[in-house]
Amino acid sequence: MEKQRSFFKKLFINILFVIISFLALLPIISLLVSSFRPSSELMRQGISLDINWAGMNLDNYEFIFTQAPEYWQWYMNSLIITGLTIVLSLFFSSMVGYALAVYDFKGRNVIFLMVIMILMIPFEILMLPLYQLFIDLNLIDTYFGIMLPLIVAPIAVFFFRQYALGLPTELMDAARIDGSTEYGIFFKIMMPLMLPSFAAMAILQGLSSWNNFLWPLLIIRSNDMFTLPVGLASLLTPYGNNYDILISGSVITILPIILLFIAFQKYFVSGLTVGGVKG
Amino acid sequence: MANQSNAQNNRVMKFLNSKKVVPYILVSPFIVTFIVLTLYPAIQAFIMSFQRILPGQTEFIGLSNYRRVLSPTFYTAFQNTTIYVILTTLILVTVPILLAALLNSKATKYSTFYRASLFIPSLASIIVAGTVFRLIFGETDTALANQVITWFGGEPIQWQYQSWSAMFLMVILSSWRWMGVNVMYYLAALQNVPPELYESADIDGASTVQKFFYVTIPHLKPIITFVTTITIINGFRMFEESYVFWEANSPGNIGLSMVGYMYDQGVQRNDMGFGAAIGVIVLIIIFIVSIIQLKFTGAFKRGDE
Repeated sequence: MEKQRSFFKKLFINILFVIISFLALLPIISLLVSSFRPSSELMRQGISLDINWAGMNLDNYEFIFTQAPEYWQWYMNSLIITGLTIVLSLFFSSMVGYALAVYDFKGRNVIFLMVIMILMIPFEILMLPLYQLFIDLNLIDTYFGIMLPLIVAPIAVFFFRQYALGLPTELMDAARIDGSTEYGIFFKIMMPLMLPSFAAMAILQGLSSWNNFLWPLLIIRSNDMFTLPVGLASLLTPYGNNYDILISGSVITILPIILLFIAFQKYFVSGLTVGGVKG
Repeated sequence: MANQSNAQNNRVMKFLNSKKVVPYILVSPFIVTFIVLTLYPAIQAFIMSFQRILPGQTEFIGLSNYRRVLSPTFYTAFQNTTIYVILTTLILVTVPILLAALLNSKATKYSTFYRASLFIPSLASIIVAGTVFRLIFGETDTALANQVITWFGGEPIQWQYQSWSAMFLMVILSSWRWMGVNVMYYLAALQNVPPELYESADIDGASTVQKFFYVTIPHLKPIITFVTTITIINGFRMFEESYVFWEANSPGNIGLSMVGYMYDQGVQRNDMGFGAAIGVIVLIIIFIVSIIQLKFTGAFKRGDE
């Protein structure tokens, strides 16, 4: 009797989760399926249950690969910006977080407080003055202008600090006796020890850059500087004459991320839930 | 000569490598970006909110930007945003607790697969997500959402043109994207609940529901406060969830958010002083609500851990 009850309980919970997982994945699956439908039909019907399976083809993909150079320009822009953002922001943020964790110096607590403060001020409030500043500095429509606000990320500084607090400082003294410089200690000894935190932060920073929308929307003027989200959003018109690029382009935008997620699940989860790390 | 510059070089190197100087060099990128990208714009935002800014001429106009903020349009934006905050907070704080508790129980097989599926939506860019949601919630009878409704005997809905369904679209989009991330927060916290507590509750004959309310929830309290705080703050910052459905102009402003209003006035109409004033008001609202919420959840009490 008891066994039977627990069996039905298990069955119920598992059915529930199969449904929930299906609902969570439904938009992604329907995007994928729709990308093989003729774009005119998609525009007329929306994502629909009456799928004409026989009418499916690769036209949208053929079109994007052969006749949409602007999409690949956006892809290139996004790749370059995301790559540079990851490298620069990890370099600077780890430096700052590491210094806050291992050195005892005047002003350390004030600086840490500033990190927390930036975390709490919504970016949107600073957006207009920054926009004006970037106009004055001629940073409109440049890669640098798009990346700059993400380069020293307070959340990454915070995460690296927490991680570096657990580093063995005895190693530093030993290295000093061996004649290593402070910078040598950081780059050659401590940085390799911090690698797992680098993986999580690379994902957090990479994802926020790849998906960043509002700031690039402000700062980019010309079509050939668009990043993927801004470019795709420009196709999102009620007239729907670009649905071929929009739909296949959306798939090509998120597929690499999902594949990376399947490969590096653990780091994605710790990267995206970093706000919850304990002090 | 060469020797002298060598010695000087050495002294510089020694200075740069002293334990007193190194930390300042390492944190300098942060100091610079803090001043340029946070402190300056924060102060500037306040100054701009008292100005009329036209190309080449900027003048102080006192409080008149703030007087203009108190308009019916801003009130609509405020109302939309507030309803959005309340609904997303209700959904994104409570439902993930239940899902996490169920995922954590031994009854759930293939838990890794469920977690991954819940998490994947957070990887999609809001624009891609918005594209899909627009197509699912299209106004034609053939779009998926309307097909399901008709199948259950309802009337097709013009999703993007009514105030309640506009709100529904934004809330469902946001819930879909962030559910999995919040589940992960709770799952991480659940690992820290001592299993003995459940065992002794079992001995006392507690039911599953009782265990959930008397053991699980109290242990999750710090993380519940955290999730509530970020959900509220992110809710007041809402912009993109509306932009993907209506760009910057929804019919009758049914999708207008406070940040959307700021974008429309400050960027599109180039009235940056007025935009800055809206920003300051948004900041004050976030600040007040956060304080009330943190007080209410007892986050200020010391030694609560």
